Amino acid sequence: MQFPESWLRALVNPPLSTGELCHLLTMAGLEVEEQRAVASDFSGVVVARVLSVEKHPDADKLKLCKVDVGNGVLQIVCGAPNVAPNMIAPCALVGAKLPGIEIKKAKVRGVESFGMMCSARELGLSEDHGGLLALPEDAPIGTDIRQYLNLDDTLITLKLTPNRADCLSLTGIAREVAALTGAPLTLPVIAPVTKTIDDTRAVVLDAPDACPRYCGRIVRGVKANAPTPEWMKQRIERCGIRSISALVDVTNYIMLELGQPLHAFDDARLSGAIHVRYPKAGEQLRLLNEQTVTPGADTALITDEQKPLALAGIMGGEHSGIADTTTDLFLESAFFTPTAIAGKARALGFSSDASHRYERGVDFELQRNAIERATQLIVDICGGQPGPVLEAVAAAHLPPRPPVRLRRARAAKVLGVPLTAERIGKLLAGLGAKVQRQGDDFMVTPPSYRFDMEIEEDLIEEIARLHGYDNIPAPPPQAQLAMLPLPENRRGPMAVRHLLAERGYFEVVTFSFVDAAWEADFAGNANPILLANPIASQMGVMRTTLIGGLVDVLSANRKRQTERVRIFEIGRVFSRAADDAGQPVAGFRQPLRVGGLWAGSALPEQWGVPTRQADFFDIKGDLEALLGVARPLTFAKAAHPALHPGRSAQVLFDGQLIGFVGELHPQWAQKYELGTAPVVFEVELEAWLAAMLPAYREVSRFPAVTRDLALVVAREQAVEPLLKALYASAPAIVSDIRLFDLYQGKGLEQGQKSLAFRIVMQHTERTLEDAEVEAGVFDLIEVARKGFGAILRG
Amino acid sequence: MDNLDTLVAQATADFAAAVEPAKLEEAKARYLGKEGALTVLLKGLGKLPPEEKKSAGAAINIAKQAVEAALAARREALRLAQLEAQLAAEALDVTLPGRGQTRGALHPVTRSLERIEQLFRSIGFEVADGPEIEGDWHNFTALNTPEKHPARSMHDTFYLLDAQGRVQEDVLLRTHTSPVQIRYMQAHVAQYGHLDAMPEIRVIAPGRVYRVDSDATHSPMFHQVEGLWVGENVSFADLKGVIGDFLRRFFESDDLKVRFRPSFFPFTEPSAEIDVAFMSGPLEGRWLEIAGCGMVHPNVLRFGGIDPEKYTGFAFGMGPDRLTMLRYGINDLRLFFEGDLRFLSQFR
Repeated sequence: MQFPESWLRALVNPPLSTGELCHLLTMAGLEVEEQRAVASDFSGVVVARVLSVEKHPDADKLKLCKVDVGNGVLQIVCGAPNVAPNMIAPCALVGAKLPGIEIKKAKVRGVESFGMMCSARELGLSEDHGGLLALPEDAPIGTDIRQYLNLDDTLITLKLTPNRADCLSLTGIAREVAALTGAPLTLPVIAPVTKTIDDTRAVVLDAPDACPRYCGRIVRGVKANAPTPEWMKQRIERCGIRSISALVDVTNYIMLELGQPLHAFDDARLSGAIHVRYPKAGEQLRLLNEQTVTPGADTALITDEQKPLALAGIMGGEHSGIADTTTDLFLESAFFTPTAIAGKARALGFSSDASHRYERGVDFELQRNAIERATQLIVDICGGQPGPVLEAVAAAHLPPRPPVRLRRARAAKVLGVPLTAERIGKLLAGLGAKVQRQGDDFMVTPPSYRFDMEIEEDLIEEIARLHGYDNIPAPPPQAQLAMLPLPENRRGPMAVRHLLAERGYFEVVTFSFVDAAWEADFAGNANPILLANPIASQMGVMRTTLIGGLVDVLSANRKRQTERVRIFEIGRVFSRAADDAGQPVAGFRQPLRVGGLWAGSALPEQWGVPTRQADFFDIKGDLEALLGVARPLTFAKAAHPALHPGRSAQVLFDGQLIGFVGELHPQWAQKYELGTAPVVFEVELEAWLAAMLPAYREVSRFPAVTRDLALVVAREQAVEPLLKALYASAPAIVSDIRLFDLYQGKGLEQGQKSLAFRIVMQHTERTLEDAEVEAGVFDLIEVARKGFGAILRG
Repeated sequence: MDNLDTLVAQATADFAAAVEPAKLEEAKARYLGKEGALTVLLKGLGKLPPEEKKSAGAAINIAKQAVEAALAARREALRLAQLEAQLAAEALDVTLPGRGQTRGALHPVTRSLERIEQLFRSIGFEVADGPEIEGDWHNFTALNTPEKHPARSMHDTFYLLDAQGRVQEDVLLRTHTSPVQIRYMQAHVAQYGHLDAMPEIRVIAPGRVYRVDSDATHSPMFHQVEGLWVGENVSFADLKGVIGDFLRRFFESDDLKVRFRPSFFPFTEPSAEIDVAFMSGPLEGRWLEIAGCGMVHPNVLRFGGIDPEKYTGFAFGMGPDRLTMLRYGINDLRLFFEGDLRFLSQFR
């Protein structure tokens, strides 16, 4: 809602500066989004009449003008294309200060010039620089233009919340300012306009739930092409509404002044009674915005006896609208209920000033006054003979205004500040509500223009607002003290982030909606969840994997010449779930995952260390170190659409699949221009949250014995099963079995590899004897030989 | 006896002249070896008359001890010299960089979220989480925003297509973290509702939210932190107290102003926008909107299963992206979602 400060001040004029007034509004919940001077800061410009225009002797595009500036006639050189004899336009006199220039007596191409004729842009009124700003014929010559055009004015734009429809008019804002400051309110006096003809149109409310009140009136013989008075034009234009014609301007003026949307029909286009009804099947209407609509069954229409005329409370029809040729009007001033209008215009893809107001709530007792005021203005400006106002009311459907109880104790409890009953009474009185005090309670009947005072909390909000949020104290809160649980065998997502960060990974945040191609490439997902209204096609589907986002970040960093990239993200992935037991939203699984990516060298580039690309085992090592402490992870070779088929594994935790790890498939490395393929992992966050509650085991005081075993096995033999088997059959004295070398090549047969294990043995209560050490080693060799065909390497 | 003194002096001088262990051993042999001067003298004792033997023997032994002491001292001196030489040879350029991995970092917004979590935990708030594909009921209806409510147009909501390609009306990408309020209240009531007096709810819920909006200051996905405190006597004054305390702790500054400005949200009443203004720095004196808040609307408490007559509460929803930008002076929201390591590595 934009309006000029001068209009508000005409209704209520508290002793506040513009800045103070704006602060007052903002702090009362009517946020001032912008305040802007109507014109730039200039001086010395007056209304002037061009007396004569001659060609400049020395320049084709310049003209030599004689200009009447009230107290004399000046010679002025002017280059505007529209300058003409008798034109009235602003003239900056010698000494005038305009934005960026001071006007001086000058010689223009050899001819003296005593001022400058001005365009709208030169005065900072608009961007219009097409020519001089033409002023009306009756503009008083010599008057300061600031005074004449009322330029010492500020445009104030309010960002209104949807509950404050009552402030979508100057009257409403003025009422609010009066309530906040106690300044007197001077609203326009509205008297009924005496009818001079008896013509009427019957009004039938066939849809009283949508339209419980409708006032209609015929005005005959209007001069539709009468000019709109400057004061009215100025006010509506300063509210951001274009002046169209006197009749349209009056309806808009009333809407801005009182908050009542009006509609004027060309009475000649109407036949018979006016109905407010729901549409018949397939009924169509061409609107003023040249859109043809087929309104839904719950969208009320204004019709005559033959055809639809308008979408009730939303927009008029093209056919029945007024034009310059209109002589007879049918004026509509109606109340449409918010529920009947809400969302309708939006569903049709537009919004209108009327629907914006109706869906938020228009004063349902305003219609008769509004039509009287409009009639008066129309008759004053366009002439015409008004008929009587015909009002149709379905009282049962008008918004109820049951009194609402406000308890002082409740207000104190909610606000945390005890207000006296006297103070509350005074605050409520400012709201235009009917207030009845009953001891410490108040029975409040809200005014017809407020749609947001239905329950006690609404009233508490009102008194808090008027009392001033600033005046409510902000003490340190008091509460019951109780320690929060701190389970040691769980860690939070933040702790997981720290683990990864300490390990060398940077956290990234990527979008949950991704390119459909990423889903196809990195998850083999041809049927992702589609967004109905994506912001861009490459953000069109919900991800089922974090890999796409990580790869995208890698690619972006590579483009910025960052070669080594270690990143992770913790985020949700989304899929449909037929079995949705236990899911917070039925039909969807949306677990949190941890995804990681490592590209480039194993170590940051540094001296004394040979450079080596990070590979599968580097990132696997991170998973084992960070995640495998609480319970050991197992890895099983498994294909994954994103990964190199020979270098990818499933990650299992307690036998349960929790994710995957591997090298990105070379075809994706190529497609996404990554250079060398990065290694990646993606694991359920839940698995990371398990931490170890330490379980103490006795530490041996006796010496440990180590034996190294080199076992030759087939090259394709996976190590993990062998290691597990060794562990499983190892005697109790074996405290560790560690793979410390892998060899294949010279000295071994083709297809063989040698695995070197270091076996640590120790007894907690005594020194080991050679025999039991040898027996233990022998047992392990036997397990490897029998189960895996291993031969002890000589 | 003068001879002996001369001998000791001679030996000491010879030892001192030996600059390496081998030479020292050679010098030692000249005095203490089988044919050494002192050995020879000792051997010669037998030829002396018995009355001289004793005194001569004692004198030679004193000389021998003196020579041995000189030898030991010289040995130690040479050992130390050798050690020093070795240490000198082993010396490093200690200014060379150390080796190994480097640290990564939390995302700057997560860093803020962690601070927010810690600050609220310190006054007894738990941390909760909720789904991002959310039901329309939780996102709107239960938050007192029925269908067609004008407030719904304040959210530009992302909707999904169902498996048949139709717009699915009952689910959406949550537009705020407020639905967690409802989920948390319901869970709380399920656990404690049978008690005469439920323990207070004090919870924050950070997370990602989505709106159809994208420009320099809006991202279609961004973060929010919901806060909720419900108890038998939780008031708007408490809300002001908590938020003011939080902002001063978060920014580690008393040099800021906080104001509560009346506003409207369907799920709170009274409602407020929270503005903060710094008293110094590049944004000095400008009011910056950082959160919406208010007293939980009675309908919302009812949807959560809580009696609004007995319990009151406040809720807030703040933008950690904005808070992070203000705290570190970051001027472009998009940096948060681009993963540029040159940016992220500044938050180690």
